[in-house]
Amino acid sequence: MNLFEYLRPASLDEAIAAARAPGATYLAGGTNLLDLMKIGVQTPRTIIDISRLPGLDRIERLADGATRVGAMVRNADLARDADFAANYPAVAEALLSGASAQLRNAASLGGNLMQQTRCSYFQDPHSACNRREPGSGCAALDGETRNHAVIGWSDQCIATHPSDFCVPLAALGAVVEVAGPGGTRDLPIAQLHMLPDATSPGGTTLAPGEMITGLRLPPEAAAFRDNARYLKLRERTSFAFAVVSVAAMLRMEGDVIAEARLALGGVAAQPWRRAEAEAVLAGAKPGDDAIAAAAEALMAGARPSGDNAHKITLAKRLIQKALHLAAAGTPAVMPALPASVFTSEPAERGEPADV
Amino acid sequence: MSDTLTTPGAHTRMGSNSGQPMTRRDGIAKVTGTATYAADNRPEGLLHAVYAMSSVARGRVTALDVAAALAHPGVVHVMTPENRPPLAQDPDDKPEGSMALRIEALQNSSVRYVGQPIALVVAETLEAATEGARLLAPVYAVEPARIGFDAGEAFEPESTGFGGQPNIDIGDIAAGRAAGTRHLDQTYETPLQYHNAMEPHAIVAQWQDDHLTIDTPNQAIVMARAAFAAFFDIPAENVLLRSPYLGGGFGSKALPIGPQILAILAARELQRPVKLALRRDQMFGPVQHRGATRQRMQLDMDDTGRLTLLDHHTTATTSSFDTFIEGASAASRNTYASPAIATSHSGVRVDTGTPGAVRAPGEASGSAALECAMDEAAELMGLDPLDFRLRNYAETDPQTGKPFSSKALRECYEAGAKAFGWQNRPLAPRQMRDDQGHLVGWGMGTSLFGAHMNKAQARAVLRADGSAMIATAGADMGQGAWTALAQIAADGLGLDIDKIDFRSGESSLPNGGIAGGSGHTATAGSALFAAGEDVIRQLADLATADPASPLFGAGNAGVVARQGRLHRADDESRSESYNEIMAKAGISELEGKGEGARDPGHAESRAMFSHGAVFAEVRVDPDLGQVRVSRLIGAFAAGRIINPHLARSQLLGGMIWGLGFALMEEGIHDKRTGRPVNGDLAGYHVPVNADAPMVEALMIHEDDAFVNPLGVKGVGELGITGTVGAIANAVWHATGVRPRSFPIHMETLIG
Repeated sequence: MNLFEYLRPASLDEAIAAARAPGATYLAGGTNLLDLMKIGVQTPRTIIDISRLPGLDRIERLADGATRVGAMVRNADLARDADFAANYPAVAEALLSGASAQLRNAASLGGNLMQQTRCSYFQDPHSACNRREPGSGCAALDGETRNHAVIGWSDQCIATHPSDFCVPLAALGAVVEVAGPGGTRDLPIAQLHMLPDATSPGGTTLAPGEMITGLRLPPEAAAFRDNARYLKLRERTSFAFAVVSVAAMLRMEGDVIAEARLALGGVAAQPWRRAEAEAVLAGAKPGDDAIAAAAEALMAGARPSGDNAHKITLAKRLIQKALHLAAAGTPAVMPALPASVFTSEPAERGEPADV
Repeated sequence: MSDTLTTPGAHTRMGSNSGQPMTRRDGIAKVTGTATYAADNRPEGLLHAVYAMSSVARGRVTALDVAAALAHPGVVHVMTPENRPPLAQDPDDKPEGSMALRIEALQNSSVRYVGQPIALVVAETLEAATEGARLLAPVYAVEPARIGFDAGEAFEPESTGFGGQPNIDIGDIAAGRAAGTRHLDQTYETPLQYHNAMEPHAIVAQWQDDHLTIDTPNQAIVMARAAFAAFFDIPAENVLLRSPYLGGGFGSKALPIGPQILAILAARELQRPVKLALRRDQMFGPVQHRGATRQRMQLDMDDTGRLTLLDHHTTATTSSFDTFIEGASAASRNTYASPAIATSHSGVRVDTGTPGAVRAPGEASGSAALECAMDEAAELMGLDPLDFRLRNYAETDPQTGKPFSSKALRECYEAGAKAFGWQNRPLAPRQMRDDQGHLVGWGMGTSLFGAHMNKAQARAVLRADGSAMIATAGADMGQGAWTALAQIAADGLGLDIDKIDFRSGESSLPNGGIAGGSGHTATAGSALFAAGEDVIRQLADLATADPASPLFGAGNAGVVARQGRLHRADDESRSESYNEIMAKAGISELEGKGEGARDPGHAESRAMFSHGAVFAEVRVDPDLGQVRVSRLIGAFAAGRIINPHLARSQLLGGMIWGLGFALMEEGIHDKRTGRPVNGDLAGYHVPVNADAPMVEALMIHEDDAFVNPLGVKGVGELGITGTVGAIANAVWHATGVRPRSFPIHMETLIG
C-alpha cells in the first residue's frame, strides 16, 4: 500500500478544505476504498476520514413527509430502522440483500452510493480500463463478461454499478445532498451515476472535493409502502452481487396501478430506470400483459456486451416476477432470505416438499 | 455411541473417550482468539516479506525496478533471481517417487503462470514490503497464454495425482461394449477449483546457526520438515516445524511452496525472523488447485439394467512444467459392478500453477461425472435411480475382485432413502412443484472414498501420579484432531481424557503421518493407541509378576485397563491403580511406543472403502433458473466413529463442499492473459450458511476388522463424493434439463 496522509477533520468545512489537496479522497466505512487500496487500484495521497464528522448519522422524518438520511448512517442501521423499513420496505430489503452482515455494519450510505464497479478488469491494475485510466481501453470487451452490462454500455466501458441500495433509491427518485468547495447542492440520484458514451467511460458526477452528506426520499416515496419488493438473482444466497436485481413498487388504487416505480440493478452503469416502463403500468391492472409490456419497455435497447445475453432474458423475467409480487403486497415481515425468489423456507425443515 | 475400544462395557459413562460426542478441546481457544495460528507469531526483530506476483502467464521478466523498492522507507532487502542465494535442492527438481511438486523460488527469470513469485521484498513493516513489491514494476517479454482445454498442449500422462495409475482396464472391454443393448455417451466438465482455506498459507522463519524454526500450517508435519530441510542442506532434525492449528488445508498445505522457501532464505540471509503470509489474491497461483476436467462417460447396459461396460475417460488440465492429473476416472473402478470397466486419463498443459490434491482429489470430480451418468443411464432404462444403482451393486471390489473389508452401502441407501422420503419420487422430471410454484426435484448419488492409511508413530509416558503424556505430530486442520486423537490416546492408556497431556502439531514429536486421504484418525490414532497399549503391557508385566499385587499371576491377556486401574479380566473386583503398581515397582515413568500402519496381509486380502448415499432436494425457479438446495441428507458408513459430533461435522462440511462444487466454485482465468478474473472471495463463491438450510448426515453402524485394529476408516472427504451428482440429478428431476457442466449456472436452466 502506498504511503498516504491520514486526516480526521473536525468539521465538514475542514474536510472539504482538506480535499483540495491533490490525490485526496474521503474515507467513510472503508469497505470499498481500503480493498481497492490494498490491490493497488486506488492510491490516494491523502485520506480524509469523515466517519466521525458530527451530524451525518441521523435518520429524520421531515415536516413535509420526506425522510432524510445522513451519509454516515450505516447500511445495517438504516435497514433495521423500524420507521424507515415500514415506509420504504424495498429499500430495506435491498440493503439486507447486500454484502454480508459484517460489511453492512461498516458500510455507510454515502459510501454505498460512491462505491466502484466490481468489474474484475477495473479491479486488476494490469488490465486496460478507461474508468481507472482514461484512454487505456476496456479489457472487459471480449473478456469474461458473464456479469457485465447489457444496457446503456459503450465500447468505452461495459461495467455495471454494483449497488443494491441504489436500485430502489433510483426508483423512488431519491435526492442526493452534496457539499463541496462551491457550497451545497441537491442532485437527483438519476444524475449521480453517468452512463458511458462514445468518448467517456462514465462514473459519478461529483466534482473533485465534493462529498455526499445525505440523501432525501421525497414525500411521495412512502406512498409505495404497501406494494414494494426488491428481488435479486445471485449465484449464492448471501454475500454475492446481483446478476440482475429489480426494485418494483406500486401505488395501488383499488385493483388499478395508480403509479409504478421500477428500476434494475446489475445491468448497467447506473440503476436502470425508464419513465416509459412506468408509464405502461400507470392506470393498468397488474395483469400479465401490462407487466410483460413494462418489462419490455424497461429493457428496450438492451443488447449483450459479451457472453451475457442471458441477463436480458433474466432481467425481463425478474421484472415480471417482482411486479407480480409487489402487486400481491409487501410482505408483512421482512423475508427470511431478503430479496430471494425463494420467499420462504419449507414449512418444517427436513420435511419433503409438499407436492 | 457408547461402544469403546477396549473391553465391552468398559467405557459406558458419558463424557470420556472414543465414541463420545465430545466438543472440540481447542474450541474455547479458537473462539476467544488465543489459539496461535502461524501468522500470529511475532518474534522479536521480525521482518515482513511480500512477494511480487507475475501478472503475465508466460514469458520472462526482463526488468525489475529494485532501486525503487529499496528506496521505499522501511524496505531492507529485495531478492530476485539475480541475488537469490543458492538452494541445496533445485526447485525444479522433484525427488523421484516422492510426493512432491516443482515450485518457483526465483530459480530464473522465466514466468510460467500468473501469480508466480518473481521477487521477494523484505521490510520492517508489512505495508512497506507490500508497497516495495508494487514499486518493482516488472517488465516482461510476454508469450501468449494458453488457458482452457482447447488452448493447451495435450499429452498422455504417466500418472494421475501422486503416482496413480492413469489407465486401468478391467475385464473384456470389447465384449462389454458388444453385450450392451442400451448405450449412454455423455461428456461432463468441471472447472478449476481453488482450495481457499480460510487461513492463507503463512510462515514465520527463524534461524539459529544451522537450526531452523518455522511456524507454518502443515498437514504432514514430519514429512514436510524433511522437505524443507532438503532445500537448505541441513538434517531434518535441525528443522522445528510448529503447526498447532491450521485454518483449513484441504490438501494445499502438505508440500513446501515457493514463497515459504523464499521467506526462510531471507531469514537466513538477513539473520532476523521473517514472516510471510499470502494475501487472498495470492491463493490463486502457487498453492495448487484442482485441475479442470472434461470427462467422457460411456455406459452400456443389458435389457435388465445391468452394466456391461463402464468406460470413463478424463482429460484434465495441469501446468506447463509439472504434472498433476486429477484422477477422476478412478472413481469408476470401485463403485459399481460391471464385467468390463475402462478407465483412462489424458492431460492438457495450460499456463496456470500446478494443480495438486484438493479435498477428494480425483474422486470429487470423478464422482460428479459418474453419478450424473448413472442417473442418465437410469433414465434411459426407465428405472428409479436408486433401483438402477442396486442392480449394479458391487458385492466385491470391481477392480480387484477382492471382498470389501466392510461395506454397509446397502444400509446407507436404505437409511438415506427412508429419511429423505425417496419412495414417493416420480420417475419423470418436472412433476413436482412447491406451494410457491417452484419446480422441485430429487436426486441421489453414491459416495465412495478409499479407507487410506499412511504411517505414523506415537510415544506415551505414564507418570507416577497416574497421568500420562502422549504425543504424535498430528495436524488439526479444523477437523478436530486435538479431540478425536486424544480420545483414542486416552483409550489406549485406559485413562480418562482429562488425565492425559496430549501433544501434537510439532515436528519434534513422533511422526504423526499425513492429515490427508481421510486417513489421519486411522493412522495417527492407531499409533497412539498402540503406544498406550505398550505402556499397559509393561504395567501389566509389573503387576502380574508382583506377588503382592491383586493381579499377581493374571497374565497379560487377563488384564483390562480402565480409568487408571488394571483389572483382572475374569474378576473385575481385583484391581490395582497405575500409580500403586508404579510405586511398588519403584519407577516414576513408563514409556511406550506405537506405530500406526495397515496390516500388509489385510491390505492384500481386502478392498477398503468408506461408502455413503446422498439424497438432494432442490427448488428451482422455473423462469429464472435460480437453484436452492432445500434438503441434503447423506447416510454414511465409515467404520467406527470415534467422535460422532466431529465426524458429523466433517460429513456435513463435505456435503456443503459438494454443494459449492455443484453450484458455485469456479476459478476463471482470462483466456487472453491467464489472470484470474474472480481471484478473491467476493468473486470465487463458496457456500454460505443461507445456502444450506437443511443438511443432515446419518452415520450407519459398520464394524471393520481389517482396516486397522481401531476399525476406523475416514470421513474427511467422503461427503463430497455423491453430493455433486445428487444435486445435479435433482436439478434435472426438477427441470428436465441435464446439467453437464459445473458449476450449474442459472442460464443453463432457463432455455
